[in-house]
Order: sequence, then structure tokens, then C-alpha cells
Amino acid sequence: MNWLVNTLGSSIGKKLLMAITGLGFCSFLAGHLAGNLTIYWGKDAFNSYAAHLHSLGPIITMAELGLLFFALVHILTGTTLFYQNFKARPVRYSMNKSAGGRTIGSRTMPYTGFFLLIFIVFHLINFHFIDKTGTTIYQIVHSAFENIGYVVIYVIAMIIAAIHVSHGLWSAFQTIGANHVKYMPFIKVVSYVFSLIIVIGFGFLPVYLGYIA
Amino acid sequence: MTKTINLTLKVWRQKGQKKKGRLETYKAVDISTDMSFLEMIDVINEQLTLEGKEPIAFDHDCREGICGMCGAVVNGRPHGPEKGTTLCQLHMRHFSNNDTIVIEPWRSRAFPVIKDLAVERSALDRMIQAGGFISVNTGGAQDANAIPVSQEAAELAMDAAACIGCGACVAACPNASAMLFLSAKVSQLALFPQGKPEAAKRAISMVREMDMLGFGNCTNETECEAECPKEISITNIARLNREFYKAGFFSAEK
Ligand code: FES
Repeated sequence: MNWLVNTLGSSIGKKLLMAITGLGFCSFLAGHLAGNLTIYWGKDAFNSYAAHLHSLGPIITMAELGLLFFALVHILTGTTLFYQNFKARPVRYSMNKSAGGRTIGSRTMPYTGFFLLIFIVFHLINFHFIDKTGTTIYQIVHSAFENIGYVVIYVIAMIIAAIHVSHGLWSAFQTIGANHVKYMPFIKVVSYVFSLIIVIGFGFLPVYLGYIA
Repeated sequence: MTKTINLTLKVWRQKGQKKKGRLETYKAVDISTDMSFLEMIDVINEQLTLEGKEPIAFDHDCREGICGMCGAVVNGRPHGPEKGTTLCQLHMRHFSNNDTIVIEPWRSRAFPVIKDLAVERSALDRMIQAGGFISVNTGGAQDANAIPVSQEAAELAMDAAACIGCGACVAACPNASAMLFLSAKVSQLALFPQGKPEAAKRAISMVREMDMLGFGNCTNETECEAECPKEISITNIARLNREFYKAGFFSAEK
């Protein structure tokens, strides 16, 4: 198994770990968003979606453990990359200028990533590890977003998630080696469209719940 | 008539690898806009020598953009502001009168400063050495068409082989990663049938050597392809990734 450690522990291997776990999170986000959209069909639709999901029992537990494992890999590898890359240039330039390659997404990856980690903990405390006896998930979410502070935090978090994904998604394809003259322009467009879907799709939900529903 | 300009230069001066360096300011007066950037430094160095001061050390050789010896970071951009240009091919007409120009050496843990703007780039050679050899049969020359190579593969390999090994990709990378350089060297062989027999061994040993030399990790910032004087594309990095996965996961090579 030494070969596996050598392969995954190399600079390209660490990139691969970031790419695969990152793509995993992107598909999770797509599924999470699809489920959340049931909110627009009213509280019964949303509550029954939640009930159906929880009736899957062990499958959900397995999925949660899988996500937790992915998160650990993504965070530990990302931190290692951040530290190693910082060390790779001990004397900094006194003048830095981009040639146009970097984007806000690529520039801020470690920082947006760190913010998202804190946000996810906050999010789980709010809606996951909360006592749900005598109430419904719809009520919990609805009353949370009556607080303007929550709405602002969630909208900002979604903007930051979109910035992270705008670089992460196309970058994952480049990393797994899928850079093709025919498909790369399309993949880049998809990354930006997907980021927009995250901002609008997730970001509008708190606003809708707090002010419209 | 030749136009001349006056400039203020801030140049990194460092006596040796272990010495502390700093930016020194020099006036460059009556610089012809037809000069190259290196010729401009030559003029300053003549002036410094006449004043009995130590001239600015910098690497150069061909001065026609093909050897890869020259290079410095000019106002935050490796090889200066022009696209697809080496420092020796950068002309002073791209600067305006009274400009201030900051000139720094390539910055990377793997490229220690030897003196002033000259850096030690043998790390790049070490990666190539780690790549080893390719198998070429000796004996009578075989027919030129015995091994078919598509025009497309030949073109892509030629594009990769345009790398002059100057190190600008490392200097430009926010992570000081050498992936563009390595990907060019791996690609130029991986695209040819002649490079196939040792492809797996080559990908693994070259990547391992790169990691050992203290370069950073690529995070697809794509600054390298924007700064490369030979405009080498990051599609080569994707190819290197594929070669490395093939070698790491599917070959018997360890
Ligand atoms: S001196 Fe040869 S490339 Fe500039």
C-alpha cells in the first residue's frame, strides 16, 4: 500500500484528493438544493420531504459519515497545501502583479474555504443538531429566518460558497486531467452558472422564508 | 531620431546566497527606447563600474529569446509586462519617461539567489535528470516513416518542447510551483511513441523529484501560462496529471 500513499501524498495526489472531494461536495450541494426547493410548495411539502429523507434511516447515516470523511480529507489536504505553498516562497516579492490568470475565486480559495467550514458548523448547529420534538423542521427554519441577522449571514455565506465553487469546479476537472479543447470552455461556463445557481437557489430561500412566506 | 527616456530603477541587490538583500535605487538617464531591457542594465552597470561600484549581477546568454538564461521580475511580472516575451527581447519602448521600475529576482525556495538578480535554477535540471532516458534503438537508421506520428501529436509535442526552462512559471506562480515546466518536459515525450516505454517511470520519478526540491503545489491559478515567454498551455499540466495517475494507479511502477 506504500504506492498508494506515495501517489496520493505527492503534489498531484493531493490535488486529486481536493478535486474528488470537491466534486463530491458539488453534487451534494445540487441534491441539497433540489430538496430545499420543496419549500416553495409550502410547509407540508417541505416537512414531508424531510420525513421521507429521514425514513431512509441507515442510508442517510452512511451518507452523512461519507460527507464527514470527505470534509476531513478536504480540510486536512487543503490546510497542508496552504502551508506548503506558503513555505515555497520564503522571500516575497515587493511588487506583485497578476498577468490575468488569477480570479477572485482562485486567489481566495483557502480563506473562502475556512469561512465555509465555520459556516457549516454554524449551519449544522442551527438546523441539524437541534431538538426537533414538538416542532417541525419548517417551523425551525421559518422562525430562524425571521431574524434578519440569520438572513444576512446565510446570504453572505452563499456568495462566499459561490466564489469558492467558481474556481473549484473547473479546477477539479483540470486536476483530474479533463482539460480538452472542445470541453474546457463549456466546463468553465458550467462552473460560473453553477455558482450563480448556488447564490440564487440557496441565497433566496432565507429571504423568501423571512419576508415572503 | 532615437527617442530617449529617463527612469528610476529599484533593483534587488544581494551580495550572496546567505546575505541579506535590499532594493537599491538608481537613475537611468537617456535610455534609448530601441534598447532591450538587458542593454539598459548594461548601461547602468557601465556607470556603476566607472563609479567604482559593484555592477548588478544578472543571467543572460543568447539575448534572442531562445536560451532561457535571462529573467527577472519587472514591476511584479516575470520577464516584464509584454506577453510571450523574454526579458532580453523586451524593449524599452514599452516604458514611459519618468517610470519607476522595480526589478527583483525569481522568488522561490527552490531557486536561491546567487547574487542580485541571478538565481540558482539547477532544480529544473535535477527534475530533467530524474526523468532518465528514452529507449532509442542504435544501429542502422530505420526508415523515417517506420513509426507513425500524427501531425497533431507532433505539433503538441513541439509546443511543449518550446519550453526554454527559464523558470518564469515558477516565478509567476503564487505557490512557486514548477508544474508548467514539468508538464512541458513530460508532455514532449509522452506524446511520442518513442517516449512510451518509460512513460510511467518518468512521470513518477519527475513528480517525486519536483516535490523533494521544495516547489509549491499547483492550484490552477493559471498565472504560469499567462507569463510563459513561450506561451506554453496548462493543457500540458492536465496531461501530466493523466500521465501521473496512469503511472501511479495502473502501472507496476512504484
Ligand atoms: S538571454 Fe537567452 S533567452 Fe534571454
